[in-house]
Amino acid sequence: MDRRQFLATSATIGASVLSLKKANAANAKETKEFVGVLVDTTRCIGCRSCEVACSETWGNFVPDTKSDNALESRRDTSEKQFTVVNRFNTEKGEVFVKRQCMHCWQAACVSMCLVNAMFKTKEGPVTWNGDKCLGCRFCMVACPFDIPKAEYHSWNPRIMKCHMCYERLQEGKKPACVEACPTDTLMFGQKRELMEIARHRIYNHPDKYVHHIYGENEAGGTGWLYLSAVPFEQIGFRVDLGTTPYPEYTKNFLISVPLVLFGVPALLGGLSELSERKKEVRENEEWTDE
Amino acid sequence: MNNTAVVTSEFSRVARFVWQELKPRGQWLTPFNVISIPIIFVGLVILYFRFVYGIGSVTNLNQYYPLGIWIGFDVVTGVALAGGAYVITFVVYVMKMEKYHSIVRVTVLNGLLAYIFYAGALTLDLGRPWHIINPIIGNSFGYNSVLFLVSWHFLLYMLTMAVEFSPVVAEWAQLEKVRKFLSSLTVGAVILGITLSILHQSGLGALFLMAKPKIHPLWYSEFIPVMFFVSSIYAGLSMIIFEGTISHKVFKDLIGRQNHHHYEEIVLGLSKGAAITMFVYYFFQALLFIHEKRWQLITDAWGYWYLLEVIGFVLIPCFMYAYGVRNRNFGIVKVASVMALLGIILNRLNVTVIAYRWYDVDKYYPSWEEIVVTLMVVFTEIWIFRWIVTRMPVLSKK
Repeated sequence: MDRRQFLATSATIGASVLSLKKANAANAKETKEFVGVLVDTTRCIGCRSCEVACSETWGNFVPDTKSDNALESRRDTSEKQFTVVNRFNTEKGEVFVKRQCMHCWQAACVSMCLVNAMFKTKEGPVTWNGDKCLGCRFCMVACPFDIPKAEYHSWNPRIMKCHMCYERLQEGKKPACVEACPTDTLMFGQKRELMEIARHRIYNHPDKYVHHIYGENEAGGTGWLYLSAVPFEQIGFRVDLGTTPYPEYTKNFLISVPLVLFGVPALLGGLSELSERKKEVRENEEWTDE
Repeated sequence: MNNTAVVTSEFSRVARFVWQELKPRGQWLTPFNVISIPIIFVGLVILYFRFVYGIGSVTNLNQYYPLGIWIGFDVVTGVALAGGAYVITFVVYVMKMEKYHSIVRVTVLNGLLAYIFYAGALTLDLGRPWHIINPIIGNSFGYNSVLFLVSWHFLLYMLTMAVEFSPVVAEWAQLEKVRKFLSSLTVGAVILGITLSILHQSGLGALFLMAKPKIHPLWYSEFIPVMFFVSSIYAGLSMIIFEGTISHKVFKDLIGRQNHHHYEEIVLGLSKGAAITMFVYYFFQALLFIHEKRWQLITDAWGYWYLLEVIGFVLIPCFMYAYGVRNRNFGIVKVASVMALLGIILNRLNVTVIAYRWYDVDKYYPSWEEIVVTLMVVFTEIWIFRWIVTRMPVLSKK
């Protein structure tokens, strides 16, 4: 190897090491925080623009908000609509509440799914993949908010739920409902920032809001956060869900699986040998008795 | 050259033999046939609608009750009732209690068929059953999913039971060398099978751990998996007693009289085992009752329903078993086995369907189509069972 070649080689190695370091630094910067949406129910006027925008974006049933009087009855999201707005008569008058997938931090549906069809993306939205899904509907059993909905009247049913417009987020846009909201009820961002804004609003208007942010810790914390002027049980939220992330409930069982899988065969093998030996001894005794 | 000739002639002999055996035997117009044939036929028509127009066209399932009796009864209850196979193989191949050897074959056959049909009924309930291969091959393993483990354990356990039963098939097809080889695998298959059974019997309970806000607190606890496992032991034993009673009436000629006394001793032994495990199960229920302060919950209709299950269909049959064993009273033992089975059905349906979303006004109840398909699954299994039992050396060795 002559000197020129040596220099060229070491330069190449050095450059590649440097670029590797650079790539690592870039990766570290790319670590994303989960995104979510803050819903300030004190601002919602019940115009249902979000329902229309959502359904138009995803080709679902578009409600006729002018004349269908849907606010008269209590509705739930369905296999035809990812989001609905309900009206509640509370101690502080009418309150409108949007409902959709909460995009849990540690989602029950995701940990229930045996094929990762329900998937927590690194950006935060919980998405559904029809190429993997078996249609077992255990995600619907697991979800504490009853959000996943099945298309029961199709030969090839999909599981329908809000996926926080994951495809739009990839293009750098906001979710369709957030963009359509005329009153800034919905605010899109990283959860950390949204929590700061929510706390700020409660701090500045302590009489206007109840001092609780629904979704901060519910079911281990959710991507969607709610502010309210009245206690949350008055506006259709379950307040008995606890703060434990739902996958935690199966943790003990999952930990014991490998223990059983390796411990029990060893135990059974030993037992089998022992009883074989006992049998032999017994047979020998019988033989000598005769 | 010579070898291939031998193999070909052997193969054609077996093929001819199987073809002969496939033909029906015996009477056609039995009460069982008269009832089961129309039901199986109607069931097939219902399944046509289910696969063309969706599950919603034949079931009462909705967005709040995603699981009905196809899961709650066929799969969750059916698997518990099929627990006898792992209990008996444990007793015979691990504890080497030769007394029970004569019922191993029929019990394993029952277990294998139950898993094929009841776990197979799962595919009827899946929205996209053609993706059922995804958790087994492919790049989408949900390692943290209880359902993933249960599905793998189902599959592997069915294989171990097939291995356990395969010597009988080889004996029937008169393949002595194959039979010897398959027999040598039995103990290994048994040990793996028992381990997998412990895991998936309890795993079926673990599937409902995340449904904490939806299941009535009298039926929900973090110990559902343990309770499911313990109850599957006496469910399996009771099923062997119940099924044996029927088999001994229907297949009298196959079993022969000289085995009768021996069989009575077996029933008493099984009853003793059932009584003990039922008492352990009841004791666990009592511990949960105290630990979770459940006395606050038993004053309404749900409380009475719970007490009916735990006292009426666990404690009472437990004492009946014990009384029957002590006094060699087979009538009482048979009644106890039926009551214990009803208790299991009640418990599994309570967790999966009845006490699930107990606070709802519009409760789920099964449609007639769901019931017909469930009966179809049970009847088809009995048809296959009958076909095998009347042809292969299951109930008695040739």
